[in-house]
Amino acid sequence: MTDSALRPLYFKPRNGVRIVVWSAFAALLLLLPLVARSSFAQTLLCATGIAAIACMSYNMLLGQAGMLSFGHAVYTGLATFVAVHAMNRVGAGWWLPMWAIPLVGGLAGLAFGVVIGYVTTRKAGTPFAMITLGVGELVFAGALMFPEFFGGESGVSANRTAGAGWLKDVGITFGPQLQVYYLIAIYLFLCSAAMYAFTLTPVGRIANAVRDNAERAEFVGYDTRWVRYLVVMASSFFAGIAGGLTAINVEVATADLLYSVRSGQYLLFTFLGGVGFFFGPLIGSVLLVFALVVLSELTKAWQLYVGIVFLIMVVYAPGGFAALLMLNLRRIKYGEWRKMRWPYAGMAFFGAIALWGFAAIVEMLYQAQDAAVTGSALSVAGIKLDSATVSSWVLAMAVLMVGAFGFEVWRRRFKRVWDDGEERIAEAIKKAEAAIV
Amino acid sequence: MSTLNGVSYGLLLFMLSAGLTLIFSMMGVLNFAHASFYMLGAYFAYQVSSWTNFWVAFVVAPLLVAVLGGLFERAVLRKTHRFGHVAELLVTFGLSFVILELVQLVWGRTAVDYRVPAALDGALFQLYNANFPTYRAFMMVVAIAMLLALFLVLRKTRIGLVIQAALTHPETTEALGHNVPRVFALVFAGGCALAALAGVIGGNAFITEPGMAQAVGAIIFVVVVVGGMGSLAGALIASLLIGLMQTFAIGLDWSFIGALKSVGVEVTPESFGYPLWKLKLSQVAPILPYLLLVVMLIVRPKGILGTRDD
Amino acid sequence: MSEFALELNNVTKRFGKTEIIRGVNLAVRKGERVAVIGPNGAGKSTLFNLISGRFEPSGGDIRLNGENVAGMRPYQINRRGLARSFQITNIFPRLSVFENLRAAALYASGQKYSFWRPLSALTELNDRTEALMASIELKRRRDVAATLLTYSEQRALEIGITIAGGAEVILLDEPTAGMSHSETDRFVHLIRNVTVGKTLLTVEHDMSVVFGLADRIAVLVYGEVIAFDAPERVRADARVREAYLGAVLEAQEATA
Repeated sequence: MTDSALRPLYFKPRNGVRIVVWSAFAALLLLLPLVARSSFAQTLLCATGIAAIACMSYNMLLGQAGMLSFGHAVYTGLATFVAVHAMNRVGAGWWLPMWAIPLVGGLAGLAFGVVIGYVTTRKAGTPFAMITLGVGELVFAGALMFPEFFGGESGVSANRTAGAGWLKDVGITFGPQLQVYYLIAIYLFLCSAAMYAFTLTPVGRIANAVRDNAERAEFVGYDTRWVRYLVVMASSFFAGIAGGLTAINVEVATADLLYSVRSGQYLLFTFLGGVGFFFGPLIGSVLLVFALVVLSELTKAWQLYVGIVFLIMVVYAPGGFAALLMLNLRRIKYGEWRKMRWPYAGMAFFGAIALWGFAAIVEMLYQAQDAAVTGSALSVAGIKLDSATVSSWVLAMAVLMVGAFGFEVWRRRFKRVWDDGEERIAEAIKKAEAAIV
Repeated sequence: MSTLNGVSYGLLLFMLSAGLTLIFSMMGVLNFAHASFYMLGAYFAYQVSSWTNFWVAFVVAPLLVAVLGGLFERAVLRKTHRFGHVAELLVTFGLSFVILELVQLVWGRTAVDYRVPAALDGALFQLYNANFPTYRAFMMVVAIAMLLALFLVLRKTRIGLVIQAALTHPETTEALGHNVPRVFALVFAGGCALAALAGVIGGNAFITEPGMAQAVGAIIFVVVVVGGMGSLAGALIASLLIGLMQTFAIGLDWSFIGALKSVGVEVTPESFGYPLWKLKLSQVAPILPYLLLVVMLIVRPKGILGTRDD
Repeated sequence: MSEFALELNNVTKRFGKTEIIRGVNLAVRKGERVAVIGPNGAGKSTLFNLISGRFEPSGGDIRLNGENVAGMRPYQINRRGLARSFQITNIFPRLSVFENLRAAALYASGQKYSFWRPLSALTELNDRTEALMASIELKRRRDVAATLLTYSEQRALEIGITIAGGAEVILLDEPTAGMSHSETDRFVHLIRNVTVGKTLLTVEHDMSVVFGLADRIAVLVYGEVIAFDAPERVRADARVREAYLGAVLEAQEATA
């Protein structure tokens, strides 16, 4: 299975399919608030929309040009600060409609991309990654030194309902969260269309070539450093738009927006979503908001779970969830999916059991640490445990082992069925090729 | 006094970056979790010394970490090798995440009480009315001993020669069939052990807490880039440079205002760029290594002693 | 304009203390096909690396259509009309065959770094790429990722990438390395077809290919060109026989 995950998949929508996909995307954005009516749900939607732009802009670097950056939050974060200051100027009488603030963020991102990218793109590959980390630290530490601009510990706040304009007269003040959502949705749609279009241009394609083999790209006439620089600039522009939207959405900019942990999150979740496909980061952004907002409420150890999932994905499915999805779609196309229903069910069943056992151990460890304050009793997925009793520990470990064993058994069956199907598909492709004259 | 402090801090940085450089040059893998192994070293040392004493921990903790590092290399890192260096970097990035969480899971989120052993506590001598702690001297001795040991291993043993060859001509060594996976695992484990040793002696000199890996992680990357990718000597120079720079800067209250005043230019809060001019050198200290990185990249992208230009 | 497409004047290259290329002089006329031969370690690949800008020469100058390109970066030399292939296949592994060829033709087609128009609108470029793909016989593998091709298909793609940009001077580094006899024959035919009218330099070990393809042969031994002449005369040259060819020809006759 890992071998097939390695292979690039070509998703080549014909124009007709493309129109359907993009229309469906637009309709989804339009209709989502009808389903998600509560204010919490709307907050989640807004956060996801912004994260989606940020992750897609990150994927311009990682997925398209093969540049692993540990400093993407620099662009989103600095853009948020610039946008917040711009919002305050609007409040003080500048003529600028509030809907244009994300563009201000985008231009700010672009400007920082021009300056910072000039230094970071001097190197590629691993050195590039290290340098982005260093520059990220530089900007973060530097932000604390200039409280005049960055507002120190408390940050800088702004008011999104400030300013005037014809939109105000028709009732769009950006006061209600729903209006903010639609602003984000429009930007998300336009940005993803623009970023998708970028992948289809000469520079977009050459970025792929530089990712695959930078040396060869030099021998067909391309200055790879200039290609990297261009991609960083484009990426930082869209990252800046995400930052500008953040300014409108939360109305405050704090230094932790620039923190390397946030850059790490972009990397982590973009990768989990899948860097090989354009829509992968969209999945990643949903996961990001889910983990940061929902999972972190459920458990203290959420980062441990995320980290482990990440490790497993890097080793076994480096294409992320998007690649897994596409591989299964391919199965469906060749009529091979039905055979995998039972192995999938078996793996899911035992996987869930193993997960419960593991989670129980982790949660009990944490409970034991704070037992003095919160007591030793806890419940994991509705089942009551007590971190002070031996029986709970034995139970958790036994469940983990049973789950892991069952999972392994089914995983082997799955692999057999999968490899089998892979062979048949390869044969089918060969036949189809032979038919081309 | 500051010089001695700077040198001891620099030597500690070198212990960390030496392992990182070794692993990078041999395997092309930038071990993002390197600082996490440093943290593990400190925590293991704390745990072991609380059961026995510091000297046992001094030996046991690095060995334990070496075993863990070797296991990780065999079980996980090797599997991602075929996906390329970016995947390897990602795996170690994920590992740094998991180690941090596990450390918090086992030892909690606050600092642990890992102390300097009584025998090494106190001042060694006085200089200009300031005490020079015995432990600092001990750190320097350990670091220099490690430096010598590393030098001897690299110069005098067979495996050392292979490693050295890989430092300068990675492709050729590979072609000669020397890139046996065992050397990889060994180098990775060894690099982790060096990081852990730094953790053992650094953890009690500074503070042993879950944030300690993050605190040095970015700095040792700077050391490796500034020193020149793959150059041990460069890493040593860069470590000392950064160590000295930071300790000196913290003690100094210089600012642009002062400098401008001495040449007769008065800067007031109304002047353009006042927030920049009024910054004191001591305030800027934390970002100096990163500034050095940026300047180095513009002036000499290869690093101090680097030969590779990729 | 110079009458020579490529001129090397006293080019040297040192790695540390060892001198790999020791004063090479070579002048290749426009439209000429030159084979560079010599024993292993003579510096053939190094010479190509110097000409194409992968390494910087330690001394001497390299003139491409009269302009000194020594010390330029590979992309600068490529833009001046020189393209090369590699001994070890050097392609864009995750791009499809078509995308490999199109990417290779992109700069020379005048698109350079443009990001304001979609690739699909570049009809002329796309048509030319399709035609090139047909001429290197990879049409039925159009949308397959390059890494999944067979070895000889990858070698063909390597040549395709090299010529896609329409460079006038082509350097092929052991194009037939690792191929079977029948494949080699077919491949030489292919190379001949796609390089009509171009200046061609190849490094080659297979003597049948060398004598079949080249107008002139340059013999490189220990970093020096000891002969540069028409095939028959090189074959007859006493120094060449002594230094290199004798042994090779004998070996080939023995196995034949």
